[in-house]
Amino acid sequence: MAEWEPVVGLEIHVQLKTRTKMFCRCESGFGAEPNTRTCPVCLGHPGTLPVPNAAAVEWTVKLGLALGCEIAGHALFHRKHYSYPDLAKGYQISQYDVPLCANGRFLVPGPDGDREIGIVRAHLEEDAAKNVHVGGAGGRIGGAAHTLVDYNRGGTPLVEIVTQPDLRSADEAKRFLQLLRQTIVELGISDAEMEKGTLRADANVSVRPRGADELRTRTELKNMNSFTYIARGIEAEVARQIEVWDSGGKVVQQTYDYHPETDALTVRRTKEEAEDYRYLPDPDLVPVEPPAELVERLRAEVPEAPGARIRRLEPQLGFELAEGLVASGRDRLYERTPGERRAVANVVMNQLAGAGIDPDAVDGDELGQLVEARDRIPRAAFLEALAHAGDPDFRAERYLAEAAVADVSELEPIVDDVLAAHPDEAAAYRRGKQGLLGFFVGQVMKRTQGKADAKVVNELLREKLSA
Amino acid sequence: MAISRDEVLHVAALARLELSDEEADRFTEQLGAILEAVSKVSELDLGDVEPLSHPLDLVNVWADDEPRPSLPLEAALGNAGEDEDGHFRVPPTGMTRES
Repeated sequence: MAEWEPVVGLEIHVQLKTRTKMFCRCESGFGAEPNTRTCPVCLGHPGTLPVPNAAAVEWTVKLGLALGCEIAGHALFHRKHYSYPDLAKGYQISQYDVPLCANGRFLVPGPDGDREIGIVRAHLEEDAAKNVHVGGAGGRIGGAAHTLVDYNRGGTPLVEIVTQPDLRSADEAKRFLQLLRQTIVELGISDAEMEKGTLRADANVSVRPRGADELRTRTELKNMNSFTYIARGIEAEVARQIEVWDSGGKVVQQTYDYHPETDALTVRRTKEEAEDYRYLPDPDLVPVEPPAELVERLRAEVPEAPGARIRRLEPQLGFELAEGLVASGRDRLYERTPGERRAVANVVMNQLAGAGIDPDAVDGDELGQLVEARDRIPRAAFLEALAHAGDPDFRAERYLAEAAVADVSELEPIVDDVLAAHPDEAAAYRRGKQGLLGFFVGQVMKRTQGKADAKVVNELLREKLSA
Repeated sequence: MAISRDEVLHVAALARLELSDEEADRFTEQLGAILEAVSKVSELDLGDVEPLSHPLDLVNVWADDEPRPSLPLEAALGNAGEDEDGHFRVPPTGMTRES
């Protein structure tokens, strides 16, 4: 049987967090009552004229630069026509043959080396309104009794990013998206939250015999609202296509919805008409020609790419930890915290993240003192200090004064009490259930409010339980 | 004719318009006349002329990202055929949009 290789490209939509919409100055964003953020422009009334949002144009250029794109000297807005109630005008303003950003490359380091993913384009467009389908059998769209439309989201700026089919596994697609998301968040242009729909991704998936350079028929995957679901959806579709080819069939170009609850893929109902959007340059909008000095100013503001940062940290931390820190936006805190590198990385990546502390709010020098003292001070004090590490006036000093109780004469009676209180567990341990040691340590910590020296407690327990 | 009757029906279907036979004939003729008039341009040799996307000699017309008041809800829904719970109410949409 042939060995197959996945060929995946992504199409990503990013909702920009500008204060106002793309072509009118209605407020943008979530949370308002339906249709209270609308005006004659975003409701598509005749005689109104769209005026582009300068911030949205700048941010798109900035994102394009972060993706290594060429910025167009001359870009146009086009009308993309289709008739559906989520578009008040009967067309969406988008970009077509001359997008703002094109031909980029984005570095995605992996455990087995680096991958460069080609970016076909990044263009600016307006989002559609939100439709709510009401009534009808089973709530299926086709059976809805009627549809309610909320135009608040209509006209919100969206950047569409299209990659080359350069991704070779579900895992690589997920990794690409995580680094892309981190880039977007660091640029400060979007919250880029998949759960909220401010970052959406569709995948184009095909497979081919490993080593071949052909492109076989692809399918489109939609309806995946987390990084994990995207990876699982791609995996499921790759498996389906391999089965089709291996059994002598042919993959048909279709759009699928992925259902994470059941791991199922269902074919999306499509129009009978072929896609025919009748693009034309929007006569209401003049060309955009980003001035060179603007582009250069924005270029200077783009932070070091996440992929480059992973590559820089990898030699000291290994790939997994380096990627984890960068993909979660914790590497800057790691870098400004002095101390033994792996210890700092582990505290920043695990304990601090577990405590839900915003890494940008933490003073690295103070955290460094805490990490250095982590084995000397009581665990409870260490954890409490971490919980406050993001406070504006946080000082490690007051926690460092506390010393763990390491005095055997003080701990021994507590250990005895704990063992006496749990005779069944003690017996089970002696019969070989060594995993219970952690339970006893926990009990001792509880009785000492976490102030006992864990190493001493462990030794005492082992000694007494083997007696 | 610069446009066929089938093309007119195709465009009408995309716009969700139902045309009677008589309308289809009439629009084919009218649209054909318009397209024919415009196609006169192609008689000229325009090899050295840059494509023009806009008649005005302007670029970079944009506005600062500063909110201005939106319409009151009653005004926003004022032209709606039907409304419900602050929404525009429209007939059921029979298919999933492709975007």
